Amino acid sequence: MPSTIRVRASAGAEQTDVQSLIQHPMDSGYVKDAKGELIPAHYIETVTFEHGGKVVFTAFWGPAVSKDPYLKFKFSGGKKGDDLKVTWTDNLGKTDSSVSKLG
Amino acid sequence: MAACDSKKFDRRFVLQAAGLGSVLAAASFAYPIRASANTDAAYPADAFKQKGEAEAVKKLFGQAAVASDKVKLDAPEIAENGAVVPISVSTDLPDVTSIAILVAENPSALAALYKFAPGTPPSVASRLKMAKTTPVIAVVEAGGKLYSATKEVKVTVGGCGG
Amino acid sequence: MKALLAPAAGLALALSIAIPGIADAWAAEMVDPKADLKTFQAYFYEKFPNVKHEDFVNGPYSMDEGMRKQWEEKEEFPPYDFAIEKGKELFETPFKNGKTFADCFENGGIGVRQNFPRFDLKLGEVVTLEYAVNRCLTENGETPYSYVKDEMAAVTAYMASTSRGKPFAIDVPNDPRALAAYEAGKQYFYTRRGQLNFSCASCHVQNPGNRIRAEVLAPALGITAALPIYRSEWGGMGTATRRYMSCNSQVRGTPLAPDDELYRDVDYFLSFMSNGLPISGPGARP
Repeated sequence: MPSTIRVRASAGAEQTDVQSLIQHPMDSGYVKDAKGELIPAHYIETVTFEHGGKVVFTAFWGPAVSKDPYLKFKFSGGKKGDDLKVTWTDNLGKTDSSVSKLG
Repeated sequence: MAACDSKKFDRRFVLQAAGLGSVLAAASFAYPIRASANTDAAYPADAFKQKGEAEAVKKLFGQAAVASDKVKLDAPEIAENGAVVPISVSTDLPDVTSIAILVAENPSALAALYKFAPGTPPSVASRLKMAKTTPVIAVVEAGGKLYSATKEVKVTVGGCGG
Repeated sequence: MKALLAPAAGLALALSIAIPGIADAWAAEMVDPKADLKTFQAYFYEKFPNVKHEDFVNGPYSMDEGMRKQWEEKEEFPPYDFAIEKGKELFETPFKNGKTFADCFENGGIGVRQNFPRFDLKLGEVVTLEYAVNRCLTENGETPYSYVKDEMAAVTAYMASTSRGKPFAIDVPNDPRALAAYEAGKQYFYTRRGQLNFSCASCHVQNPGNRIRAEVLAPALGITAALPIYRSEWGGMGTATRRYMSCNSQVRGTPLAPDDELYRDVDYFLSFMSNGLPISGPGARP
């Protein structure tokens, strides 16, 4: 299975720019399918970004975050080649994580 | 989409009558102030369940926000589609621990809460769903105080479902 | 009948409708794709003097600043990225007989999207990129893809991504069958249908840049260059075929079957009209 997580992170002189895209339906629980039945809520609740063994940024999401959610943020420090670990967990207990190198 | 649009009228009325700032201010009841937010905090399930933005902010932070031009909220005037509305928030305020983004007219107002480790610059962009035309509120927690900015986003193609 | 805006096309349509019995014979004689192309592009360039020619392939985003900003934000990490990745994987995975898609295309299928649709003189029909993908599958004993989304959108998204910036180079050979297919596509494009009684041209020739409800209408010029697209309205990817089907539905008409030859013909006509404009697909649209 290919990863559900795509990360682009580039380390600058003072801070590291991070962008991520996660493949996830982010079903709100308010939408009906073709048969008129409600699609149950299914959304990512927590995404954490770890660098150097510490969490630098956490996202807590409700069902109002768009499908295949996108994030952009920065953190201080970080050098080219460092690991950045991304982990998500959804409301059904599913989870995925990936480690990518800072560019 | 019907479920998306069914919104309690009373809250809208309050919003329009009182103005958003004062609603947020009115939410400042005595509430246990939580320890300074940190990136390991647990998922704030209760806050995500609140219908209105004032209740959600109260649940999250136990206090009210004051409008501040130091909070930069970037949102489109007219959303091209309510399913994907780019929203970004940043601020010059020091010691930022959290940024919350609320979509007042969604079934539950709180859309996202971001936690910043010490030293992480307070800036975040993400994409949100909006059921209809709505105020969007960014609340920044800095040095234990709350600051907010509000912007109206026109939504003609609702996207609360995705 | 209300005058249609592209004059040459309007005339051709009026004539072929006026003399239905011998329409085909007449059409073949009158069809002049090169003259149509000139008129068509000149119309758009005159109507939108401030839009750079190569920007027409970005559809509504070439005409509305507020939307353009949202699009640029999306393009920072576009929602079709997963489809390109999946398409590449499908493209490179061998069939049961050991061959791959690369064996079915010139240059191994890389950087060739701008040459589709093309008229296949042996088959005597229009081969769109989607049609070529499915022919490749069936010729190799594989099950063809749905013409609407999923794998088809992924493979064509990947192929488009390898052709980005390459100008459309569509040829209508001087062959009566090719000219007839071109003409059929053109007529389909200009024919009014559905409860709203709109043609494709009503929106995409007469009203690009204007809003219908919330949506800013895309110009027909360059519209196929961005396909396939991730549409927020769909919450996912869709093929060229899906785009034409949704066009039919939006005017409250009944879409054709996804594999209807007319969709291939209309893709042929529209892509020929966009000759010289760069491939921008896969695209993201509201």
